[in-house]
Amino acid sequence: MNRRPIFLISVLCFGFAFFYIPILSMIVYSFNGSKLVTIWGGFSTKWYVSLFHNQQIVKAAVLSLKIALLSATLATILGTMAGIALARFRVFRGRMLFSGLVTAPLVMPEVITGISSLIFFILLADWVGWPSVRGFTTVTLAHITFSMVFVSTVVQSRMIEADRAIEEAAMDLGSRPWEVMRDITLPVISPAILSGWLLAFTISLDDVVITSFTTGPGNTTLPLLIWSKVKLGVTPDINALATLTVVIVGVGVALAGWLMNRAEARRQKDARLAYQNNA
Amino acid sequence: MTAPAQKRGLAHWFHRRGWSDVMIATPYVWLLVFFLAPFLIVLAMSFATRTPTAPPFSFGGEHPLLNLTGYARLFHDTLYIRAFVTSLLNAGLATILCLLLGYPMALALIRVSAGWRNVLLMLVILPFWTSFLLRVYAWMGLMGSNSWFNKLLTGAYNAVVPTDWALRAIPMMHSNFAVVLVTVYTYLPFMILPLYANLERLDLTLDEAAMDLGSRPLRVFWDVTLPQSIPGIIAGALLVFIPAAGELVIPSLVGDAARPMIGRVISDEFSAARDWPMASSIAVALLVLMVFPMMAYSHYQAKAQHDPTAKGTS
Amino acid sequence: MRDEAKIHGGDTPPPPSAPTPEPFIRIEGVSKKFGTFQAVKDVSLTVTKGEVFSLLGGSGCGKTTLLRMLAGFEDPSEGRIFIDGEDMTGVPPWERPVHMMFQNYALFPHMTVEKNIRYGLKHDPLTDAQRDARVREMLELVQLTPFAGRKPHQISGGQRQRVALARALARQPKLLLLDEPLAALDKKLREQTQFELMNIQARTGVTFIVVTHDQDEAMTLSDRIAVMDKGVVRQIGSPTEIYEYPDNRFVAGFIGAITLFDGTLEQLTGDMAQIALPDWGGSVTAHTLPNLRARFQDGLAAGQALTLALRPEKITISRSKPDVANCVAGVVRDLGYFGKDSLYRVVLPSGALVLVHAVNARRTGESGRVADWEDDVWLSFDPDAAILLDGLHP
Repeated sequence: MNRRPIFLISVLCFGFAFFYIPILSMIVYSFNGSKLVTIWGGFSTKWYVSLFHNQQIVKAAVLSLKIALLSATLATILGTMAGIALARFRVFRGRMLFSGLVTAPLVMPEVITGISSLIFFILLADWVGWPSVRGFTTVTLAHITFSMVFVSTVVQSRMIEADRAIEEAAMDLGSRPWEVMRDITLPVISPAILSGWLLAFTISLDDVVITSFTTGPGNTTLPLLIWSKVKLGVTPDINALATLTVVIVGVGVALAGWLMNRAEARRQKDARLAYQNNA
Repeated sequence: MTAPAQKRGLAHWFHRRGWSDVMIATPYVWLLVFFLAPFLIVLAMSFATRTPTAPPFSFGGEHPLLNLTGYARLFHDTLYIRAFVTSLLNAGLATILCLLLGYPMALALIRVSAGWRNVLLMLVILPFWTSFLLRVYAWMGLMGSNSWFNKLLTGAYNAVVPTDWALRAIPMMHSNFAVVLVTVYTYLPFMILPLYANLERLDLTLDEAAMDLGSRPLRVFWDVTLPQSIPGIIAGALLVFIPAAGELVIPSLVGDAARPMIGRVISDEFSAARDWPMASSIAVALLVLMVFPMMAYSHYQAKAQHDPTAKGTS
Repeated sequence: MRDEAKIHGGDTPPPPSAPTPEPFIRIEGVSKKFGTFQAVKDVSLTVTKGEVFSLLGGSGCGKTTLLRMLAGFEDPSEGRIFIDGEDMTGVPPWERPVHMMFQNYALFPHMTVEKNIRYGLKHDPLTDAQRDARVREMLELVQLTPFAGRKPHQISGGQRQRVALARALARQPKLLLLDEPLAALDKKLREQTQFELMNIQARTGVTFIVVTHDQDEAMTLSDRIAVMDKGVVRQIGSPTEIYEYPDNRFVAGFIGAITLFDGTLEQLTGDMAQIALPDWGGSVTAHTLPNLRARFQDGLAAGQALTLALRPEKITISRSKPDVANCVAGVVRDLGYFGKDSLYRVVLPSGALVLVHAVNARRTGESGRVADWEDDVWLSFDPDAAILLDGLHP
């Protein structure tokens, strides 16, 4: 009994070292004063300053954020609809094909999704004259399509574990199905919808492959810019950029986790008090 | 005059079944147009003939309606066969390494105290939320010949092997080794999380019951824990294997340019060679290779979602 | 029938369960199939206004399906349901004058107690002031005014049950359906809540249909009970009728403890039957019940297979041979001592086991027990104490 945890704990430590040493190293070198990325040249924050003065990077970051905000929002709407439809409407025409379409993009290699979207947009432009240029619109459309299925998966599994009786109770109290959806179902699954949105947002913000196929000249998102720079090798300003993202995301996730833990603790305290008062 | 009646009719339709039709049809039509249609076009494209026109392909006319040249070249040109083999080997190796590292980590996460567990789980998920590209990039910094990490490894290597064999640096970058290493690094959370979810559901008192019966811990693991965690292993393995086989970014950054993986070949055929039919043929072939793992994945996924007993609640 | 019963004394006729002035709910030949599984088979019954009517049965007996058909969540495969004279066929749940209290209460987790109760009222043509007044009235009815601002997870199980009740009553339904209303509460709370529930029913006068698997709950709550098994209603009657005048072996065995003896009718004089009971070790006499006589309208003939059912409290246990007709010797195999009373398992010479219940009237001798383990005892019963059932009808 005692031997195994020691083995397991050491693997765990190794795993976390594996996860975090590259990131820590990157953070340390982002403060490197030397232009040579591998030689320590003293502490400096100059790469952060140059980052904010790099118009190219700022422009790409703004474009990425715009695409991510728009595509995550639309993907959340479409994905929520798909998730609810699959969880609640057990029988409808074409259900098999629909559920296949909702899972396929999850497991489709990104290269294939990217190429097929590109060919589709080129041919569409050829046939109907739209989209005349590839860029913001085409990237957003492609991002919506493949991030909506992630939202749908999250929403669907939340719907399946949700208590159907509360929907029936609302119906019993005089609400039509649509009103039940609006008053009861959507508020109850709202945490899942929110996490679906966050997922869609990060997926869009992070995507390289599909974006690289569906975008056009002059519309470089931040990941595409990083990719083209990194292909040429490691540079200190990318270290700074990476550190910024890691810190922002880390603080965000830690904050979200802390808030969730606190809410849960409060719930439990409330429930305990309720029982004590009543006993 | 008719407007109010019509309006009432519309509201009536919406309340009766319109809202559910809208709920189904909107995402359905979206996926048909932006996912299925493009895919069907690629499928058709794989049978087209390459022409020096714009767009660079043609159907029918002087060309055969079903041009199988693309598929024939897949089997004749060793470039494609080698690319497929490299991709599958790299992805397979990465999957096995992820499993070997991820399984004990998931098991350890189950064993630690509840307070620690939340923190550690968050540490597993955290890299998943940071940029994929930057995680690849982090390893590029470590693997370079002049990095402290490479120097450390080189020093250790030189201390062990005889001086005749001494190296100035270990050539890690631009190799299949680098591809596998970075793939493991970036996809490890995808292995740990489904495994953790699966192991968490198992009744660990079963373990203790087996130990009460006198089984040794390793035996208990082999007889009790492992067989029950097979669904988690399959889910995790497929979540790593499928995207790793079609990976484009990792090989382009740390891979061996002389031995490209299949994603790179598709991309090159399409953009550099402008051979859309050939790129489509390779894409379809890759999809056919992946179709069984994909179906297996959605099968297990559906089973996990619709089988209430799988959750062990109620 | 009544006159007959009077002549022979002893057998008090059951209170009338025949049609009452205004059948408020009428279920006519209702069946429900799920695929090949028949959940409800040809059920017909009526419920009077203001009545508390229970559907009692084990899990899978179709009671919940019947309730859900009343609420409108399921459509009957066959048959019709009328509520207050209106045919409910095709009427969706949100248009029915029926509200339901769900098994686990199904409170809206994102709304406060007050908002939960108010939710249904938005569909009624009321002013805001009227709605406020109605919500206040409901909160007072279930004594939850101080908890109006709490969310469901911030109150206890018993309070949740009362919120569910107030929410269902807020729109003044004609009929309230209660799905296992007390099942989620612990035992202590259950008794108290039961009385509260009855009190509220009496004050509001709403018709209740209660689904329950708990016979004690059904006995104490209901005016009438329908005992269901495998989708079929086996008997409808008042708690007394169900307990003292069961129609068949299933109902006799389902409600309370009972010992069943298979026998054959030897002779019938008036309503006094003489039955050969091999397991008892001889012939016994017992009154036939009105419902048995109703079953055999052409008259019972000698040789008819009958079942004699004896409830434990209707058997007398004694150490010496009593001077009565229906009497047999046995040995105490097992006993449960509960202080005020004891439950004996007595084995007869035939090997049959009989359950006997006796009040510990005396204090003396082995804590006042009538008999002890392995004691020789005599069992006897009054001809009026036994229940005679059709032996061929399960």
